[in-house]
Amino acid sequence: MQPILEIDQLEAGVQGKQILKGISLKIYPGEMHALMGPNGSGKSTLASILAGRDGYEIIRGRVLYQGRNLLELSPEDRAREGVFLAFQYPVEIPGVNSAYFLKAALNEVRKYRGMPELDAIEFLALVKEKIKLLDLDEELLKRPVNVGFSGGEKKRNEVLQMAVLEPRLAVLDETDSGLDIDALKIVANGVNCLRKPDNAQLVITHYQRLLDHIVPDKVHVLVDGRIVMSAGKELALDLESKGYDWIVREAKRVN
Amino acid sequence: MNSISTIPDADAAEAPQFRAVRTAFEQYESQTRARGEPDWLSSLRRRGLTRFLAAGYPTRRDEDWRHTSLDAVSSMPFALASSAGPDDRIVQLLEGSAFSSVSGQRLVFLNGHLIPGLSRAVRLSDGVYVAGFARAVQERPETLRARLTADSEDGSDGSLGALNLAFAREGAVVIVPANTIVDEPIILVFVSSPRTAGERTHLRNVIVTGPNSRATVIEHYIGLDTEPSVTSSVTELHAGGGAILEHIKLQDEAGSVFHLATLRARLESSSKVACHSFALGSRLARQNVLATLAGAGIEAVFNGLYLGDADRLIDHYLSVDHAAPGCASHEFFNGVLDDKATGVFYGRIRVRQHAQKTDSKQTNKNLLLSDDAAVHTRPQLEIYADDVKCTHGATIGQLDPEGLFYLRSRGLPVGTARRMLIHAFAGEIIERVSFGAARDVLDRLVWERVERTRHVSGSEQ
Repeated sequence: MQPILEIDQLEAGVQGKQILKGISLKIYPGEMHALMGPNGSGKSTLASILAGRDGYEIIRGRVLYQGRNLLELSPEDRAREGVFLAFQYPVEIPGVNSAYFLKAALNEVRKYRGMPELDAIEFLALVKEKIKLLDLDEELLKRPVNVGFSGGEKKRNEVLQMAVLEPRLAVLDETDSGLDIDALKIVANGVNCLRKPDNAQLVITHYQRLLDHIVPDKVHVLVDGRIVMSAGKELALDLESKGYDWIVREAKRVN
Repeated sequence: MNSISTIPDADAAEAPQFRAVRTAFEQYESQTRARGEPDWLSSLRRRGLTRFLAAGYPTRRDEDWRHTSLDAVSSMPFALASSAGPDDRIVQLLEGSAFSSVSGQRLVFLNGHLIPGLSRAVRLSDGVYVAGFARAVQERPETLRARLTADSEDGSDGSLGALNLAFAREGAVVIVPANTIVDEPIILVFVSSPRTAGERTHLRNVIVTGPNSRATVIEHYIGLDTEPSVTSSVTELHAGGGAILEHIKLQDEAGSVFHLATLRARLESSSKVACHSFALGSRLARQNVLATLAGAGIEAVFNGLYLGDADRLIDHYLSVDHAAPGCASHEFFNGVLDDKATGVFYGRIRVRQHAQKTDSKQTNKNLLLSDDAAVHTRPQLEIYADDVKCTHGATIGQLDPEGLFYLRSRGLPVGTARRMLIHAFAGEIIERVSFGAARDVLDRLVWERVERTRHVSGSEQ
């Protein structure tokens, strides 16, 4: 079976500073992987590179998405092909109405996939269905994108967009950070509901607590730009009890 | 003693362009005399001409004109725009114009001449007066004399205002009596279609709304792109105590026009006034907004949007005088500049010593879409009272790269993402227009212009 995402010996940096020092990873359909690691280990850099943010230099290695070179695609083409990044810091866009934006995005994606565009009524029906999943107020759709949203609402709004756009590969960049326990459960439940046999998730997190609510097939630990350990979900529990210091020492010992 | 003031004789050193102005005035004066203009107006016109000849055109040596050169205007021939019947192109232009579908009273002027055939009268509330300036001089002399004399003595709009008064042939006069609500907007359309280079149109509008009245007035400037010409427009606006007034100006002149305009507003106590300036056209546009908050408890909004492309220059000059306590004034001006366009913004808020509890906020935000576009912005506060809340700020920047990336990461093409952000930036200003039909028209128009903007589809920056 072809992986949805295959990262092979990826080395990358920003402004001449190398951050990723050879990452390899394969995610197959139906899988959810967690990427954990201390601050500054390169987690968000990887998320940014996958989504196509400007300013990163690829030094070597490759990233294949469903067998295609992902890195040569523009951010919008990645989205249309089914790659979705839930932002760690969702961007406020004053003056752009949330519903208008989401409908435009969905129709771009549908057009690209050869599906008919949704009109305003069909879209509203769809989004009202999905918004229940995230326990968000419909009034938010009338506001400008992320403007005046609480921290938790912003994160849930990311997962709402994911639910509407139905990506094949979702990368969630610290979607759990800054959430209280109730919001965390809602987000986790949303993500769980979106798991399907033909899609995949890469959940990036600093803390183990998200993994109490969503159960990854694999956990990878990123330290200083390298994956130093990959194991089943029990690895997350070890990290919780022993902290990252333990694994950093482990990694040094092995190297 | 002669009640009409005299004009000093020309000396030998007078520049030829001033001689042309003088000659034009002599010819014009014989016309105004023939149509029986009252002495007080002739006298004001002569005083205006004298002031202009003494001061000349503003130059960049004047602090208030540092970034805007009128060399092209002063060196152009000086000819008054002649009357002409509207041809098919004008009729078409009007039919497709921005507010054509908005109902309401309408006055149409072509090259500074009122065209009754293209105007539209609706039943107005009792006592509401809407007419051309020339007719109003005969029918409402007291009102006009009071307004124009006050203006002439004040002199704050400088030599251009003086020149305007010397030559103003037409314009709209709107008088709303006290306690009268005008439901439908009063729409004034000024079309320019110059036939020779250097044609000048001088318009003088007077809008007087009585105490506790309510009205919406729209000024729309359009034209055919033919010869370089000058539109000079001065609008006197006087809002009585407790009046609610919305004034919307859309300057969408042809690319060959130099548009030199002043809005002078005098607001009385507890009035609520919003003045919007949408500057989308012309080759060079200067819009002065000179406002006096004369009574307590006024709420004033001065709101503006300018879009510039090619090598156009758009200059807004604001001076808001808080002369009474407990007033709020908010100025919001956003500019979008592409190609080699230049934006200029000067905003002065003056809070006099007794104008305590003033609440004033001024912002000027600029979006530069190309490396060659430029903006000069200068917000200024002059505060003599001690119990006030005043803020000002100016920004100059490019489209937010994070916002662009966010939109693209959801599948929107880069061009659409850029347009969305520009439109949103313009939308901050448009949404302050409270008259819904006009707001929709302006929103569509701005969206069309943004669509046309050259630097939206590129992936550079």
